[in-house]
Amino acid sequence: MNRVTIIAALAALALVAYILEMVRRRKLREEYSILWLSGGLVMLVLVLRRDWLEAASRTVGIFYPPSFLFLVAIFFILLILIHFSITVSRLYQMNKKMAQELALLKNRGAATDVSAPK
Amino acid sequence: MPGHTPTVKSVRLSNPASTLPPATGGSARILVCMPAWREEKSIAAIVCALREKLPYDILVVNDGSPDDTSGAARRAGAIVLDLPCNLGIGGAVQTAFLYARDEGYDIVVRIDADGQHEIDDIPAVLAPILEGRADAVIGSRFLGETEYRGTFMRRFGIRYFCTLVRTFTGYRVTDPTSGFFAINRELIDFYSQHYPSDYPEVDAYILMHHLKARAVEVPARMYARAEGKSSITPLGAVYYMVKVTLSFLINCLRRFG
Repeated sequence: MNRVTIIAALAALALVAYILEMVRRRKLREEYSILWLSGGLVMLVLVLRRDWLEAASRTVGIFYPPSFLFLVAIFFILLILIHFSITVSRLYQMNKKMAQELALLKNRGAATDVSAPK
Repeated sequence: MPGHTPTVKSVRLSNPASTLPPATGGSARILVCMPAWREEKSIAAIVCALREKLPYDILVVNDGSPDDTSGAARRAGAIVLDLPCNLGIGGAVQTAFLYARDEGYDIVVRIDADGQHEIDDIPAVLAPILEGRADAVIGSRFLGETEYRGTFMRRFGIRYFCTLVRTFTGYRVTDPTSGFFAINRELIDFYSQHYPSDYPEVDAYILMHHLKARAVEVPARMYARAEGKSSITPLGAVYYMVKVTLSFLINCLRRFG
């Protein structure tokens, strides 16, 4: 194994370990760890199995196998970012609903306050 | 909604004064709502004028203002809903629809809180709904004798939105971005669930089209702002058009449950 393979494998391993540790400490929800973990594992496999990487890049017509690695990495990063955008949109919807409910409830509370003795 | 057609033409009333309904609007429960953000200077005057001239309930949705918009409106005698954070105009107006739905109002009139809309035009905006001729009435700056001229960019944008709305919904609008309108109960219900969060006016035509609502326009005066700043900056105008076009087209493809 040459040096770059070892460094790349260690980096992928570190990513997977870090994500797992964050999930264990409940700082990251399982839901959001799945894409990170699968991305890290795919990278790890492709780094260690040079023959698979070469076969895969030949299949899609890439002459320089390492650039296939970049492609895979970018693909996962894109997926994760889209996932975040969807999550942010969902959080926005929830937030909006809660703000509106809160405004309506506060008004109802104020309406009953009037009749209560101060 | 019975007896509708989605391609209702805008009505042109040559003399809006002749169509004034009885001051109370019969037995219909009517709510005048205003989304307000940083309007502490102008809100009280508008609420007072409304209370003086019209017998309707007044709702101010304070969209997370850092100033005393809420207190000023409440002291002037409006019902006030305080949003804990700024939701943007659509989110604030939707809160008013939720309130109207929960409290069982028959008609909601929405006007701006900055004094841009002429409150004497409210009866004319209400009339077609009270007479059962329309489900939604939009006050248009460009009908009647109004001498409104915006910047070139604004006029271009408005013509563009007119075309967009007419092409996809059949409504022949003259003022697609008007924030002065009245809607009846069916639309209150529907809007309370589906009203868009930002830049809602143009999108709303898709919602109306979906319900096959009868929409008409009536002439309405519009003034330059009394206080505060316009929500649309020059740079924001481009974003506005792109965003509205996108959400309009996507709304066309959407099913509303």
